[in-house]
Amino acid sequence: MSILEVRDVRKSFGDTEVLKGVGFTMEKGEVLAIIGSSGSGKTTLLRCLNFLETPDAGRILVNGEMLFDAADMCARSEAELRKKRLHFGLVFQSFNLFPQYNVLRNVTLAMELLSRESPDFKKNRKEICQEVENRALALIERVGLSDKTHAYPCQLSGGQQQRVAIARALALSPEILCFDEPTSALDPELTGEVLKVIRNLKSSDSTMIVVTHEMEFARNVADKVIFMADGIIEEEGTAQEVFDNPKSERTRAFFSNYTEQ
Amino acid sequence: MSFQTVTKVLLQGFGENCVIFGVTLLFALPLGLLISFGSMSRFWPLKWLTRTFVWIIRGTPLMLQLFVVMYVPGLLFGVVMPNRVLGITVSPRMMSALIAFIINYAAYFSEIYRGGIESIPVGQYEAGQVLGMTGPQIFFKVVLMQVVKRIIPPMGNEVITLVKDTSLARVIAVQEILWLAEEFTAVGLIWPLFYSGVFFLTFCGVLTLLFGYIERKFDYYRG
Ligand SMILES: Nc1ncnc2c1ncn2[C@@H]1O[C@H](COP(=O)(O)OP(=O)(O)OP(=O)(O)O)[C@@H](O)[C@H]1O
Ligand SMILES: [Mg+2]
Repeated sequence: MSILEVRDVRKSFGDTEVLKGVGFTMEKGEVLAIIGSSGSGKTTLLRCLNFLETPDAGRILVNGEMLFDAADMCARSEAELRKKRLHFGLVFQSFNLFPQYNVLRNVTLAMELLSRESPDFKKNRKEICQEVENRALALIERVGLSDKTHAYPCQLSGGQQQRVAIARALALSPEILCFDEPTSALDPELTGEVLKVIRNLKSSDSTMIVVTHEMEFARNVADKVIFMADGIIEEEGTAQEVFDNPKSERTRAFFSNYTEQ
Repeated sequence: MSFQTVTKVLLQGFGENCVIFGVTLLFALPLGLLISFGSMSRFWPLKWLTRTFVWIIRGTPLMLQLFVVMYVPGLLFGVVMPNRVLGITVSPRMMSALIAFIINYAAYFSEIYRGGIESIPVGQYEAGQVLGMTGPQIFFKVVLMQVVKRIIPPMGNEVITLVKDTSLARVIAVQEILWLAEEFTAVGLIWPLFYSGVFFLTFCGVLTLLFGYIERKFDYYRG
């Protein structure tokens, strides 16, 4: 069974239809790269998956469970939505770290709030908090920031901030982790460290969707590549297929524009 | 008249100013937060109502509001100001002054809160949402501290203005420090007027230091 199945998702803002029926499937452990020109709807698609936007039509299934069905208006209470969100993680282009908390707290906060809901939290408070902290420290080490555990976001470089954001998103062990252009707010010399972290996640069997303009990265890391244009999936296939033998005229035009720059 | 006598009289008057100051802060700070929620409400009648209210309060002189609270309930509706609240005796004039100040300052505070809350980038809310936090968790754990940091400077301004505004209560005959200082002019003494200024200067100086200290407390992070 596919870990993620997106069927015919549509989304309009006012009169402009931004997603005009997008569908794809993903298997567990796969890395999907989404490429496409500006305004083609990539961010909107990720926001729909994370329930930051509500699609006008379509369905989203995770592990065969129907998470969203536009035809079914019920089951959209705030509490339901929260539970569904936990299947997904999202790393923002602009990091969005919590500035008043240090790196460790940024990573532990959501875990701690969630564990408070477990019935035995009061009883085992100490152990649970210790567990949460240990897990956070391990994640911080994994993104290579052990020496910055107690630093505040404003004391970190953009690349370091984005690595913290990745650790924070990993904390709740989402089944599918989405990245929205994780490196495009960074200076070129800082993109490498972030891409390396994402590449290392691949070997740990995470399922990931990466919207990116880093073609080299997409080619090397992605199992599957989707090229989006004007709110539809124009082309889809393995990295080799899409990059080396694009079938669609638009995909070819996109790549030739790209190499010219 | 000796320096000591004048000091004693003025101190007594400044006590009234301090009561107005303290009670106004105590009630206007939380009330302002409620009003700010109203003015940001997605339910438009509530939003419209609170914004009109804030507009009226901020758009008319505090002195006029003092007169209104002092005279309108009694003359128009025959309502008598209670003179005991929670077991504390309050003169009707003082009561009117407190009500007018609380309403007036709550309106100003609400705008400061609203500015602070609306200045927090949506990305902060969205980051909380994708991490599975509830609305209240996002407000209290993510947004609130950032709002507090941002509103400390304007709050400092407003609070210092309040110190000086308290002397407006004299227009409804609350015997605060300026009222008493002016009475000395009847016996040919001018210097108590200047002396009363020293009380305000000292109080505002302390508040300036206090707010500077709080601001530095929040200096450990930016954003
Ligand atoms: N909240 C919104 N309200 C109105 N229009 C929106 C909104 N969000 C996105 N759009 C529009 O939807 C279109 C697609 O936006 P989207 O951000 O999904 O593109 P993108 O593929 O991520 O582009 P980029 O590569 O520049 O990030 C754009 O034309 C944008 O103006
Ligand atoms: Mg985008």
